[in-house]
Amino acid sequence: MRKTGISSRKFGPLGVYAVVYLLFLYVPVLFLPLFSFNDSIYVAFPLKGFTLEWYGKMAASGGLIEALFNSLKVASAVAIFSTILGTLAAKAVTRYRLRGRGPIVGMIMLPFVIPGIILGISILVLANAAGLPLTLFTIAIGHTLIAVPFAMLVMISRLEGFDRNLEEAAMDLGENAWMTFWRVTFPLALPGFIASLLLTFTESFDEFILAFFLAGTEVTLPVYIWSQLRFPSKLPNVLALGSCILAASFFVIAFSEWVRRRGVRGEAAAPVVA
Amino acid sequence: MTEHAKVTVGVAAEPERLGLRVWVRALFLRSEQARGYALLSPTLIYMFLVLALPLGLLVTFSFWTQNYLDFDRSFTFTNYIMFFQKPIYPALLWKSIKMSGAVTLATVILAYPMAYFLAFRVKRAKMTWLILITVPFWTSYLLRVFAWKIILGYEGVINSGLKSIGLLENSLEFLLYNPFAVVITLAHAWAAFAILPIYVSLEKIDRSLLEAATDLGDGPMMRFLRVTLPLSSPGVIAASLFVFIPTVGDYVTPSLVGGTTGIMIGNIIQSMFGKANNWPMGGAIAVISMLSIALLICAFLWLIQRTKRLV
Repeated sequence: MRKTGISSRKFGPLGVYAVVYLLFLYVPVLFLPLFSFNDSIYVAFPLKGFTLEWYGKMAASGGLIEALFNSLKVASAVAIFSTILGTLAAKAVTRYRLRGRGPIVGMIMLPFVIPGIILGISILVLANAAGLPLTLFTIAIGHTLIAVPFAMLVMISRLEGFDRNLEEAAMDLGENAWMTFWRVTFPLALPGFIASLLLTFTESFDEFILAFFLAGTEVTLPVYIWSQLRFPSKLPNVLALGSCILAASFFVIAFSEWVRRRGVRGEAAAPVVA
Repeated sequence: MTEHAKVTVGVAAEPERLGLRVWVRALFLRSEQARGYALLSPTLIYMFLVLALPLGLLVTFSFWTQNYLDFDRSFTFTNYIMFFQKPIYPALLWKSIKMSGAVTLATVILAYPMAYFLAFRVKRAKMTWLILITVPFWTSYLLRVFAWKIILGYEGVINSGLKSIGLLENSLEFLLYNPFAVVITLAHAWAAFAILPIYVSLEKIDRSLLEAATDLGDGPMMRFLRVTLPLSSPGVIAASLFVFIPTVGDYVTPSLVGGTTGIMIGNIIQSMFGKANNWPMGGAIAVISMLSIALLICAFLWLIQRTKRLV
């Protein structure tokens, strides 16, 4: 531990700063659930009393339930499709020494650094030019675009530590390409798949900017929330809904991150043969 | 590699029956490059259809003009000339760039100590810390921005909270609906995007370099300035770009917490595709914004290269 002299002091001022920073990240968001249980139509202190009224009203709202199902549909399609595309790309760049690897990865990562509004309007213009009506399908197309880079990153981090000899050994021992994939590659990559599916699902489920431009008459949940924000009387319902979404996203993401990072660290622990 | 062998044998044994198809297949299997690109092709085709093609179309669109419900497809610079004739557009673009610059600076400066703490101080529970930092970033962006509206509002958390404990007589009006509210909200929303790249670059630093600096007589401060900080610059640059680029085009935050003085170029683009219904003009504003951002980034990277060479 005396290597650099840094690690000897564990917490100290920097540790305090880190804790304060985490509070800065979490506390603002926690006001949503706090006021969602508050027995008042106004979002203000002092708190009036505990109520579940807003959650009841939320559950009784037809438009909301419809939007929820739309979001689930879109997010499932996006998760599956972007994970497939991301996996193929990740496999290609980790397995083969490709010429032009850098520019290719860079291109797939582009949606990261292009403002969402630009992606939204350009896909809108394309849909318009192609005569494609705005439906949940157009939203899914847009979401897949921004989900692919995440899926690819997750799968690259999973596949990079992957011993290629395992696949070749399976081939040499007489497995065909499909069985090799099924019995070697797939189990090894499984934590990556799960993490990627969950992350891209949440990415799509919570995405607003692209959905806003690409939605027709059927809207997703964030677009529905946006439309409700205009009415102050609907505010507590939105808080209740937002709290539910936050809680669900939180658990899904924490779980998928846990799966992914555990998978990356514990290579030896991964089951090689199912 | 049995597959190679099989195919080669096949070609040799029955050249006339299997013919060209197998020969092509053999060639294909042998070539690492071709196989790699074949695997990549679905993703690349998708990126072309949904990213490159739409962006190209947007540029084309920006040279057209709106004709009520239809577009006049004759090529014209009208929209671009309009952009520079009306002082509001360049002024708004400049304001957006300044605000995003402020957001980037605030986010990166706040994130650096956190990343440093993660890379150098946390030993055991690194995964827990990383997950704790990433999780809020994944939760709904809209809701995180909305949370700040609740906090900073006229009857919001801060005002009503301070009033109820008697520290305040009347609500502070300056909290919400101004550029400052936009900056703080965005700095909160994009925090993870800054921490992670900086953390990665700090984690990569060879610890023996720090030891060497100490052995050669540098104190902690000098060691940080001369070794750690320069070596973490790729992470800082990546973090700056990750925060700066998306925030310039943001319109959710300005419309929720920005008020009339806090609107940004994104709001104008959005209204051109909405209420104002002038898609080509919106396209032109988007193209000009993208080009300005790209130019600024090139200038930024060039400056960094120069300073690096000077040091």
